[in-house]
Amino acid sequence: MKEDTRIGGPSGKFPATRWSAVVAARSEDPRDRSRALDAILAAYWKPIYKYLRIRWNKSDEDAKDATQEFLAQLIEKEYLSDFDPAKARLRTFLRVCVDHFVANQTKAASRLKRGGDVLHVTLDFEGAEAEFARARSPLTAAASAESFDQYLEKEFVRNLFTLAVTDLRTSCEARDKLRHFRLFERYDLDDSDASRPSYAELAQEFGIAVTDVTNHLAFARREFRRIALEKLREMTYSEEEFRREARSLLGVEPL
Amino acid sequence: MNWLSDKAIARLRSASAEPDFAGTRYRLIERIASGGMGSVYLAEDATLGRSVAIKILDVPDSSGELAARLQREAHILASLEHPGIVPVHDAGTLADGRVFYAMKFVEGERLDRFSERESTLPGRLRIFQRICDTVAFAHTRGVLHRDLKPENIMTGPFGEVLVMDWGIAKILRANRIATPAEMPREQPRDDSGTLAAVLSLAPLETAHGAVLGTPGYMAPEQARGDVERLDERADIYSLGAILQFLIAARAHGTQTTPRVLTAIARKAMDADPAGRYASASELGQDIARYVDGLPVLAYPENVLQKVGRWGARYRLAIVLVLTYLVLRALLIFWFRR
Repeated sequence: MKEDTRIGGPSGKFPATRWSAVVAARSEDPRDRSRALDAILAAYWKPIYKYLRIRWNKSDEDAKDATQEFLAQLIEKEYLSDFDPAKARLRTFLRVCVDHFVANQTKAASRLKRGGDVLHVTLDFEGAEAEFARARSPLTAAASAESFDQYLEKEFVRNLFTLAVTDLRTSCEARDKLRHFRLFERYDLDDSDASRPSYAELAQEFGIAVTDVTNHLAFARREFRRIALEKLREMTYSEEEFRREARSLLGVEPL
Repeated sequence: MNWLSDKAIARLRSASAEPDFAGTRYRLIERIASGGMGSVYLAEDATLGRSVAIKILDVPDSSGELAARLQREAHILASLEHPGIVPVHDAGTLADGRVFYAMKFVEGERLDRFSERESTLPGRLRIFQRICDTVAFAHTRGVLHRDLKPENIMTGPFGEVLVMDWGIAKILRANRIATPAEMPREQPRDDSGTLAAVLSLAPLETAHGAVLGTPGYMAPEQARGDVERLDERADIYSLGAILQFLIAARAHGTQTTPRVLTAIARKAMDADPAGRYASASELGQDIARYVDGLPVLAYPENVLQKVGRWGARYRLAIVLVLTYLVLRALLIFWFRR
């Protein structure tokens, strides 16, 4: 038997990355800080855009401008230096910051199209708007703060998973395992009206054995899980918070 | 793929939570049960080409206490080689860090469901005797089950009766648990001392005051958390509750419950451990005596009851003798006329 399946043997190997963007965002080193902010913005810009659309009832153009402006201020005014992980989760902190930002936003300022000089993250607003329209939330602007926290959380998970899937595809391509990704995409991501294919049907469709389908899917899911956990770890401040988030957002108990 | 629907997210969550069998001989098939401590998955043992059930710890366990408990359960099961106890094939830690053990996949029904179909009293009592035999065996090995209840008994299609879920078992005498030399061949030997550590800790695993078990099947001393005073008689109480369940389930039909069986169940469930059967074997034997029409320990009989039981036991012989005597009398009467 292999060592890692023994009682008392070496345990979990993931995720190897222990880097936290939330911690690094307050670093003295500007390169660390910039990298951390990029990671946080990549994870949160879309949920923030959708939040502005739904909570503040902004048009797509206004939400786009407000998102860019808010992100620019987040960097320039170093909002994250006020973040206290003991008091709130990053999501809640950002929601409150957005609310303050909108409340203080003057009409003139809201028209300023800023951010291009400080933001290094590509903001695909067209894609974000299409997503927003596709999964329109029943929430109205009058909903409770708790409901909006849940909405932000849901959109954060959607964005995190989307980023993890994108990274998984890149990783599979680099390792000549695109078929693994295709199978994963077909079995786990495809939500067309047709019923979910069986492993045998997938084997026939891809011209491989059923055991290969099992193995390829297991590989892709394992990689997805690893990547998603790595990304989640980046968005948490401490090991404890990471575990709590992994359990509540992903249903995973990282060991 | 630029957008993930709610359905896709739910699938990804579910896929993320699946155990990672990479590097093992197992291929996941499906989750078949979930409990308080973990889940049981049906998997294929690719090396031997057979189905196995794999119990995996998948609940938060920051202290490592639950992982130790699952490992201990595997060791206990491995040490209890008996037809009434599911055999353990393998144990260890998955690539994702979760602790697991693999055991025989039992295709059957839980006793609480099976009893809905098994309507004959002798059939139920036969099953109960098998449970008593298994528990008696575990007691001779120094192991208390502590969570005996119909949900933890499996009945197989070929008459198998298996006592499952030894997760909160208490070891009364650590020296009776398997030494490495006694472990089954499939069981990984741990030369690093882990096994020894587990065994040495085993008898002390539950703090005084901690209540583990299931209300309704738990002995009063167990419900009080009187851990130090627990002994075999706590399991005997649970066996009495199972017997009561079996005879009560039958009583939902038209037949009434025999008083003797009720008395046996009451004795097993006496609030005072000293009033219960001294061993699971003794309880099983009392049931066997009842089935054979013999007097039982739990039910002192008066003369009329003794005669009634004697009559019931030898009903056929009495009928034959009486028939013979009547015929004889008729013949004598006929020829004398």
